[in-house]
Amino acid sequence: MRNISVAKIKDAVRELCLKANFELRPDVMRGLRSALRAERSSRARGILRTIIDNARIASANKLAICQDTGMVFISLELGQDVHLAGGDLAKAINDGVKDAYCRGYLRTSVVADPLVRKNTRTNTPAMIATEIVPGSRVKITVSPKGFGSENKSRIHMFRPTASARQIKDFVLDVVRASGADACPPLILGIGIGGTFDKAALLAKKALLRPIDKKNPVGGYARLEKDLAKEINALKIGPMALGGRTTALGVNILAYPTHIAGLPVAVNVSCHATRSASKIL
Amino acid sequence: MKKVVAPLTKDAAKGLRAGDEVLLSGIIYTARDAAHQRLCALLKKRGRIPLSLEGQVIYYAGPTPARPGRAIGSCGPTTSSRMDDFTPALITLGLRGMIGKGGRSPEVRKAIRKHGCVYFLATGGLGALLSTKVVSARAVLFRELGPEAVYRLEVKDFPLIVGIDAKGGDIYDKAGWKKK
Repeated sequence: MRNISVAKIKDAVRELCLKANFELRPDVMRGLRSALRAERSSRARGILRTIIDNARIASANKLAICQDTGMVFISLELGQDVHLAGGDLAKAINDGVKDAYCRGYLRTSVVADPLVRKNTRTNTPAMIATEIVPGSRVKITVSPKGFGSENKSRIHMFRPTASARQIKDFVLDVVRASGADACPPLILGIGIGGTFDKAALLAKKALLRPIDKKNPVGGYARLEKDLAKEINALKIGPMALGGRTTALGVNILAYPTHIAGLPVAVNVSCHATRSASKIL
Repeated sequence: MKKVVAPLTKDAAKGLRAGDEVLLSGIIYTARDAAHQRLCALLKKRGRIPLSLEGQVIYYAGPTPARPGRAIGSCGPTTSSRMDDFTPALITLGLRGMIGKGGRSPEVRKAIRKHGCVYFLATGGLGALLSTKVVSARAVLFRELGPEAVYRLEVKDFPLIVGIDAKGGDIYDKAGWKKK
């Protein structure tokens, strides 16, 4: 049994919220640079250049990459041999978020009730997904998710006999419907399988994988590659003003499912897809 | 790159065409979902709003707080289509320009054409870069809404692309891809 104080979790969450909001992920930066090399139109190239400049300005001045500093998604991989001591875990996580947002000049974008809509002024609560894993470590991943792209996300419960073509067409429809609103070039997290809720969580978690890291499952690596090719052939481009780069990355996570179903969730994310991780 | 001054004169609005790249300088006002809802509720209830919109430009944005020594925090555009239901009413009050990201509804396009307005696109996700184009900022209305308050911004060479012009020309009609 290893003791970890919840105060350490709070500190880590605060640090990761700041890092994720100020520093663009290195894999996303690499994706933008390679998109810039691939683009031919001067408008698309100009937009990609400003996106790269924006990331530099944000990091140098500790300014949020995007003013939509998001609702915070937190993935917690909790080793089963860890004992969390010194207080309430959920409170510690939310206190970390609150500290980062209130003192780090980040926008508080969370309302306490979806219908009454009063801002909590702390950007809490965070969305916390906890997974119990073997071992005695805790891996915390913080991902502030903007809603311009979140609003374009969709789920479809396919028949179990659906073809890969039908799934691809659904993803292409989601991308077309996202248009300019989701801030292309996009990163897509796709969850396939599980239940209704699990597919959505898989889609969210798929966004956390570096976009240039190959899917370990051969069939899905191929599907990702095919989808990226078809999405980029749509020519929506940066800011949806035309171009070769509509998706910087397509990441799939799959899970066992029921004989009667085939859930597919697409979590749409922007060119400023943000996350940061730490292992305690 | 055309230089444009805000508030916008009728002639300045009419001289712009969809696709033009412009640098905007002058005074603009931020307003997003909650502020639009409140303005339109006030208009309905009292027949007027506490802000003169004649010739003005509204920026669909909710900035992050300013660090000490800076005019404003990160301040990129939000999705314009969420304001579509409220926009025609504000245009009839004299609103002449809007800044946001993404396309607009047929009703907004019609109102833009009828009243000789212009809709500008700012690149989404460039909040840090765009903050360097803001000279000063202060909340002037609905302060209790925090990031959703109406801020009066003084901007200098704010980079924009004309999305919809006063003749109804729309940049997305020419972008070469279809929503299906």
